[in-house]
Amino acid sequence: MTHTSTLARGGADTSAPERRRRKLAGRPALPTKAVPYVLILPGLLVIGALLLYPLYQMVEMSFHKVGLRQIKAVNPAPAEFVGGDNYAQIFGSDLFWSSLRNTVLFAVVTVALTLALGTLVGLLLHRLGPKMSTFVVVGIMAAWATPPTAQAIVWKWLFDSDAGVVNWALNLLPDGLSTLLFGQADWSGHPWFNDTLTLYFVLVMAVVWASFPFIAVSVLAGLKSIPGELYEAAKMDGSGAVTTFRRITLPLLKPVFSVLVVLSVIWDFKVFTQLYLLAGGTVNRDAFNLSLWSYAEAFSSPPKMGLGAAIAVVLTVILLLITFVYVRQIVKTEDDIR
Amino acid sequence: MTPLTRRRLGRAALNAAGVAVFLFAVFPVYWMVATAFKPNDQIFTTSFIPFPRPPSLDHVERVFTRGVAGHSIWQYLLNSTLVALSAVVLGAVFALLAATAVARFRFRFRTSFLILLLIVQMVPAEALLIPLFTMVKRLGLYDQLLGLIVINVGLTLPFSVWMLRTFVAAVPKELEEAAWIDGAGRFTTFWRVLFPLVAPGLVATSIFAFITTWNEFVYALTLIGDQGKYTMPVALQFFVGQRSTDWGGIMAASTLMTIPVLVFFLLVQRRMVSGLVAGAVKG
Repeated sequence: MTHTSTLARGGADTSAPERRRRKLAGRPALPTKAVPYVLILPGLLVIGALLLYPLYQMVEMSFHKVGLRQIKAVNPAPAEFVGGDNYAQIFGSDLFWSSLRNTVLFAVVTVALTLALGTLVGLLLHRLGPKMSTFVVVGIMAAWATPPTAQAIVWKWLFDSDAGVVNWALNLLPDGLSTLLFGQADWSGHPWFNDTLTLYFVLVMAVVWASFPFIAVSVLAGLKSIPGELYEAAKMDGSGAVTTFRRITLPLLKPVFSVLVVLSVIWDFKVFTQLYLLAGGTVNRDAFNLSLWSYAEAFSSPPKMGLGAAIAVVLTVILLLITFVYVRQIVKTEDDIR
Repeated sequence: MTPLTRRRLGRAALNAAGVAVFLFAVFPVYWMVATAFKPNDQIFTTSFIPFPRPPSLDHVERVFTRGVAGHSIWQYLLNSTLVALSAVVLGAVFALLAATAVARFRFRFRTSFLILLLIVQMVPAEALLIPLFTMVKRLGLYDQLLGLIVINVGLTLPFSVWMLRTFVAAVPKELEEAAWIDGAGRFTTFWRVLFPLVAPGLVATSIFAFITTWNEFVYALTLIGDQGKYTMPVALQFFVGQRSTDWGGIMAASTLMTIPVLVFFLLVQRRMVSGLVAGAVKG
């Protein structure tokens, strides 16, 4: 692999009069080697200032006590170094275990449901006729496009205790069946958001609803990229539908799946907006996940920014470990990176 | 059963499944819009009223005139548009430059830069909230839309570069080489040859960044205290907190917030998928 760019080669090919003409145009000649660096510089500065430096600061803050007096605009007091106290406080807190439980369980359940539903819908779209397929794609696009804030609000309304459509529908069930399934026959006024478990149930519904379309459309794209000859060959060899799916479709979709799994895990691990709105802010401590807990410590009064930062560090470390798998996968499949 | 009937039955079952998926996806959105146009007595009822009869514009009118959090919803739509557009324009410039560099040149640190892009995308934005909040506060940008704009540029840039680079790489190099041979300078080649060809990709990337910024909630919630400077998501959550029983108004506001995103989504849906799973899906 040569290290000269096409543009550079083009430049070297120019004849002497042309070069002279360029000089006459009065452009300061930039050495070709420097061009890519100049081009990435602004982006690199933005990423450095707004992502990397704050990342470093987050780690630093997690070892300090940072309160109101340290974040004043004028004459901030220096932050007091407290060593690992913030971390000791986190790992010693009951909230850590309940937040971690909520974070992990929510992510596992939501990712599993989203992928299962999304894959099924993707396979369905692949087999539907073109008109029907477009119809369904436009429909699922509506769910996908709904902003997270609106998602949470709509699902809160669907599950409203008095006038919600879900309680109305559950009341339609025959009393005997409803008692058998859920242990209650009358759903009028049933509150969904007081109890952490049912709150998370609605959250799972809302997030799965909003995220399965992306999986479905990606799986569809993956399916379309599998050459038809493979299926023809399999058919000739007498392979049945199940074997063909297991031996051809699944292995070829594997790279798509691994990226989708990791992206979904990352999105669901740090869910904030929908939880914040469904739980009604930071009142219900039992419903915290790691993001909401970190936010609650840092921004309720008195603000404990150092403690909040330490929780954010824990969350980031977990996510980066998962990301590592993703990056490796991308670097493997994308020959263009090297 | 003859194979033909079996086939027809199979097709009917598939279509039925398609309709079921469609209804599941669309119903909540439909219910949001329907509630927005229902008079109050059709909202606060324990019976099921499938569509507003007759539709009423009361709620829509109310969120525009009496407003939310003391301001007409125009104010929040304006704030959101201002933040999203500014962040997108700034971000597009940076992203195009960086994407051209990684797609057109081979240089030391190119791989490192690409891997850096991937990794920073994975750092949860929620985690950086605390340090960025203190930074904004120290710079005196608290309560200013400018602070929000700058932060959104940072949050969307890595993905924009990542997505845009595939569009730049798709433009045949021969076109630029031909321009060079004809004596065009580096800037002219970029501006007159590469830029027009990358423009559709740039639009798709920008729309994606627009949606991300338009939807962004947690930074807008933390960095803005002045109600007149709220963006749509924050105004909505304030609305829910304050008048949690005014479902008609809340649904009207949510609908207004969703419309632009939905329109944009339908425009760039295909490109977005290829951008998000770049590398994994070939062909």
